[in-house]
Amino acid sequence: MTDLSHIRNFSIVAHIDHGKSTLADRLIQATGTVADRDMKEQLLDAMDIERERGITIKANTVRLNYRAKNGEDYVLNLIDTPGHVDFAYEVSRSMRAVEGSLLVVDASQGVEAQTLANVYQALDAGHEIVPVLNKIDLPAAEPDRVKANIEDVIGLDAHDAVLISAKAGLGIEDVLEAIVARLPAPRGDRNAPLKAMLVDSWYDAYLGVVVMIRVMDGVVRKGDRIRMMQTGAVYGIDRLAVLRPKMQEWPELGPGEIGVFTASIKQVRDTRVGDTITHEKKPCAEPLPGFKPAQPVVFCGLFPVDAGDFVALREAIEKLALNDASFTYEMESSAALGFGFRCGFLGLLHLEVVRDRLEREYDIDLITTAPSVVYHLYMKGGEMRELHNPADMPDLTHVDHIEEPRIRATIMVPDDYLGDVLKLCQDRRGIQMNLTYAGGRALVDYDLPLNEVVFDFYDRLKSVTKGYASFDYQITGYREDNLVKMSILVNDEPVDALSMMVHRDRAELRGRAMVEKLKELIPRHLFKIPIQAAIGGKVIARETLSAMRKDVTAKCYGGDATRKRKLLDKQKAGKKKMRQFGRVEIPQEAFISALKMDD
Amino acid sequence: MATLGDISQRDGASDARDNVTKPEGRPGPLNQINRDPVENWQRGGFGLYLHWPFCLSKCPYCDFNSHVAARIDQREWQDAYLAEIARAAGETGERVLASVYFGGGTPSLMDPELVAAILDAVRAGWRVVNDLEVTLEANPTSVEAGRFRGYAAAGVNRLSLGVQALDDRDLAALGRLHTAGEARAAFDLARATFSRVSFDLIYARQGQTPEAWRAELGEALTMAADHLSLYQLTIEPGTAFGTRHAAGRLPGLPDEDRAVALWDITQEMTGAAGMVAYEVSNHAVEGAEGRHNLVYWRGGDYLGIGPGAHGRLTLDGIRLATEAPRAPTAWLQAVRQGRGELPREALAAGDVLAERLMMGLRLAEGVTMAPGDLPPAVAARIDMLVSDGLMWRETGRFGVTATGRRLLDAVLREILADQGGSQPDSDI
Repeated sequence: MTDLSHIRNFSIVAHIDHGKSTLADRLIQATGTVADRDMKEQLLDAMDIERERGITIKANTVRLNYRAKNGEDYVLNLIDTPGHVDFAYEVSRSMRAVEGSLLVVDASQGVEAQTLANVYQALDAGHEIVPVLNKIDLPAAEPDRVKANIEDVIGLDAHDAVLISAKAGLGIEDVLEAIVARLPAPRGDRNAPLKAMLVDSWYDAYLGVVVMIRVMDGVVRKGDRIRMMQTGAVYGIDRLAVLRPKMQEWPELGPGEIGVFTASIKQVRDTRVGDTITHEKKPCAEPLPGFKPAQPVVFCGLFPVDAGDFVALREAIEKLALNDASFTYEMESSAALGFGFRCGFLGLLHLEVVRDRLEREYDIDLITTAPSVVYHLYMKGGEMRELHNPADMPDLTHVDHIEEPRIRATIMVPDDYLGDVLKLCQDRRGIQMNLTYAGGRALVDYDLPLNEVVFDFYDRLKSVTKGYASFDYQITGYREDNLVKMSILVNDEPVDALSMMVHRDRAELRGRAMVEKLKELIPRHLFKIPIQAAIGGKVIARETLSAMRKDVTAKCYGGDATRKRKLLDKQKAGKKKMRQFGRVEIPQEAFISALKMDD
Repeated sequence: MATLGDISQRDGASDARDNVTKPEGRPGPLNQINRDPVENWQRGGFGLYLHWPFCLSKCPYCDFNSHVAARIDQREWQDAYLAEIARAAGETGERVLASVYFGGGTPSLMDPELVAAILDAVRAGWRVVNDLEVTLEANPTSVEAGRFRGYAAAGVNRLSLGVQALDDRDLAALGRLHTAGEARAAFDLARATFSRVSFDLIYARQGQTPEAWRAELGEALTMAADHLSLYQLTIEPGTAFGTRHAAGRLPGLPDEDRAVALWDITQEMTGAAGMVAYEVSNHAVEGAEGRHNLVYWRGGDYLGIGPGAHGRLTLDGIRLATEAPRAPTAWLQAVRQGRGELPREALAAGDVLAERLMMGLRLAEGVTMAPGDLPPAVAARIDMLVSDGLMWRETGRFGVTATGRRLLDAVLREILADQGGSQPDSDI
């Protein structure tokens, strides 16, 4: 057992590519937690997808032992937080589990919007923050400019920032010393009833569900009967351990300590991040504040390209959901796409990660329908209904009004591109809330409807700013607006998978863009095909795809029969990538591409 | 359509038996003619295709199995053709042959003696109809024209001339070795030598305007051929044109609108001249239709002999696809080893139907088929296409309309949409 005064708990806040994982690796090496020869680059980002995208999705932690220059031994617990806005709640819980943060900023770049969100989370959690400037060995490094930038943008004193190069291993000792000297020790009462926060949980193929906790008060030991206060479930602890970063069994965890346990929990779904864990027999008086159940904000349909893969998709989704409590799903059937699932996600990145995993790890080709947000329909009778899928929109005569989710978007962009960014936000029905400048960069806050952001806002932002903008958002609430359901009719038949909710004032524009795009995406047929956008019975945009005019093999004799037949078979196989609507075949990519706005 | 029905009636006569020449010393079981459904004249009879794989040079648009060789031993080739004819006759000798077709390559590079020897062997191998059609493809150069008499003497009665264009610059662009003047002279000689003459033109060429095509086709129609094959230039992968096209170095090809305009001019002018299209690209005065190709298009049986030649043979109710090794030396070697043929493929019912429609719908007369012979889904889609004005249907027969014909490939994809692809090849 380590005395509270010799424990330091911290997280690392950094923008993608600013060197969070590399620094974590160096801290593990410098403290001798893992022998150099066992060190795998960037230990903490285990999953392929995380590594590819340069982001950390599942929080991990590592317990380090460090003998400081004052000759005393300290336990340093690093919690590796998810770095993306979609996981803001998880981040907030991780932040509550530690007392301080290292703010790692690339000395050649400066602070980015996504960093800001996590810094604010850290400040909210009352953290002491130690700025760390990384990559100081790069020729482009400008430590003084970046220090000023940190002070301007965050308002954090950066004059004694630690200068390091995680890659080159420079300044790592200084970081460890700063952790010991500048971060506060945790507080807690060893003799109080057990009160621990559930920080994270994941599924391990050998151990089952592993739960990560931070003990606030009391002591937990192997064999203890514990209760999860939010779910009410009671378990016996089978195994108690710390992560170094491999699991190492540990006799007990006291106040300020971070570790993991297993308790024959069947599914990750049975655990809730932010839940309070206490002893069954001698519980604490009240749970920790701030618990929120996971709330999906973006929904889309996932359908197998090959209808025969439906069962495989269901199994894959069920498996994935076991390990991801924030992902929801229900069966959906579409006239166009057959059987699939309507899935809910914490945000767009979460959506992409889940879709990638389904396609990659489970080898299922998917059609993803346009992402939609959750609308609140207030019915004439006063009842409120959630609308997850525009195809389910009830008859308007029964609806009193519709509310949509709004976000507060924070965008950081070099001055040169500010005009384009403001125009983009304005076009997406944004309301400017704040605009400040700091060192050649603008920081702009917009109030935006989530449905305008959910599809291709980020892509557009990247393209108008040549990748120089960084973006973050937070959901702020619901607001009424003039929203309508726009249907798309192809050859006079409505295509449910293409229907969408739009603002009435934007409907013509979007409708025209959609039908023009579809006209390009749908191959010509033997007959002409009207493509229309409509609100209720009223057509607001129309294009006609003309009929094919000539498609005939000039020469076909005896020797060509086999070749021609095989060619025909090949063409028919190509048709499998199409979806049949009445007599019209729509290529799969049309379901997503048609919704991309070129603004 | 009525025309073709008439031809087959006339050719078939009221009793096929009257129309048969018995090869000497081979009595043959005549009663089998009626037993074998493929032998019926509705299907165009039974044909023999002979492939001569050599050309003096390779044309940049051609993807046929043709080769340029420094030296050709015509004796060696004669032995091989005769051996294959004997082998094929051993298997199908009881059938009645309606047509022989020398295709290539450039068959007009064959010695007339070689052609004569082959035709002698054919007559010895099968009973043939009285008016056996014997076609030979020829290039209209002066050298080859010198062999026309010899071919006629050997028994060739129909010449198919690869004129391709009546414009010297375009002929050069198409890689042809003759001039328009030579082509006209060769045509006149052919006309005087053979009872039936056809020639080919390639249109929708680089930079070809509708006016230019009108003028050229007008001239072609005055040349008094009884049969014209008018092909829109097709860029095939693996050809010189294909490579150039892929590299963006084949400018001036017609866009779809231009191609349609050229197509329409072709239909209009040939129709006015009494040479209506009886097939997608083939036009004839009444009664002069190429009977050999009708065998293919009507779904009849035909033998394919020579490098890369394909055949269709119905044996014991199973339709077999036959194919010979493509490379000339490989074929010769296979023949020396006793069989100039690759393993045969038994066609699944779906493949037979696909081929029947693919080939048969090329004809203006359409496909004759009992209503019950079509899968219901296929019949339903045909009805749909009838309502689109792309097909027509009457009792026991259906086809594509004039508009449908220039969309035939798309029409076929639609008709056969849910018909399974080929079954795994089963070798016999």
